[in-house]
Amino acid sequence: MNGPVVTRAHLVEARNVAKSFGQTEALRGASVAVGQGEILAVMGPSGSGKSTLLHCLAGIFTPDRGEVWFDGGRLDALSEAERTKLRRTAFGFVFQFGQLVPELTAADNVALPLLLNRVRRRAAYKTADAWLDRLGIGDKGANRTGELSGGEAQRVAVARALALGPKVIFADEPTGSLDSLTGEKVMDMLTGLAREAGSTVVIVTHDARVAAHADRVVMVRDGLVSGDLGAIGEQVSVAKAAR
Amino acid sequence: MTLLGLLERAPSHGYDLKRDYDAYFGRGRQLPFGQVYSTLGRLARDGMVAGGDAEPGEGPDRKTYSITDAGRAEVDAWLADPVEPEPHLQTILFAKVTLALMLGKPAADYLDRQRSSHIRRMQELTRLRRDGALVDVLLADHALFHLEADLRWIDLTSARLTELAAVVNSEGAPKQ
Repeated sequence: MNGPVVTRAHLVEARNVAKSFGQTEALRGASVAVGQGEILAVMGPSGSGKSTLLHCLAGIFTPDRGEVWFDGGRLDALSEAERTKLRRTAFGFVFQFGQLVPELTAADNVALPLLLNRVRRRAAYKTADAWLDRLGIGDKGANRTGELSGGEAQRVAVARALALGPKVIFADEPTGSLDSLTGEKVMDMLTGLAREAGSTVVIVTHDARVAAHADRVVMVRDGLVSGDLGAIGEQVSVAKAAR
Repeated sequence: MTLLGLLERAPSHGYDLKRDYDAYFGRGRQLPFGQVYSTLGRLARDGMVAGGDAEPGEGPDRKTYSITDAGRAEVDAWLADPVEPEPHLQTILFAKVTLALMLGKPAADYLDRQRSSHIRRMQELTRLRRDGALVDVLLADHALFHLEADLRWIDLTSARLTELAAVVNSEGAPKQ
């Protein structure tokens, strides 16, 4: 990979990324950089381009213009096969509706990406069981995911994303289909376990309560990233904060 | 501060100021005349407004008040400064947005700053609830839900600024 070396502190970066779908400009020169181990929330109204930005950062979409950098190299310049490999080995994904295979068990779903990465079957299922345990659904491993509640299924999706030990987890409206309490639990688990593992997380959401779990929040409007909305500042007491 | 902001539109009598305040910001609670004149007296003492000579005629006070440069600077600073994020601040935010639109100032920028301020407070609360005792978690949740409601109002208002500006600037004071 050629070109200037990306700042090492930034693991993922979009530089002036533009992407259109037909006549619709989803991104019009969006730039954002995410640090190693950082949890970034990308907020914005429907149709603002925030999901398109996530798909570009994850190498799912190729930008029409601009550059996407990952770990010091140009992601957008890779071939489709190379990007697919990267998505399978270095990235984890959590989507609004989990995108699990409903006919397979929870353990199968978590083990599947490991098996695709040629992890031996016994080791893959051991890892899957361990992650399901950490997410509080160790007793659901043998259940088909189609039989699980929305919250349980989303925990399986989080387990699947984390099991590979990804460098980056991309989450698109990860609690969009869950009630408030279940959504909070899933976010606590996703961000807590990612922090423990040192994984970088990019969360796209329209929900301020979900975004508040992040270290930093940016806003996407009309295909552009506006400045930081919030970065964790000084500690405050609950009494002051809840005033 | 709202009275001072109203004076930035044009010099005005105390009576007219009260009438406009009640129409735009009173929402069923009229501002007492006494409070209007005591506020104007305090603003004059602090150099924010200048009171002209009293005009002859009927009525409690026919003095015209004008905003000074110091008063304008005070209004600008107040509009641009995000309100301390706390539940139930809609009244202040509403006054800021309405005044900003009346005065042709960047209401969208003020709302953006307020949004940032809210998000930061929500991040702090979320961090606190992560390791807090259940009582603290419940207290933080209460504040988070109220801040979230404010944010929704901010988002909706941001999307309606053009429409609001037309109402505030073209159709006169709303009916009480």
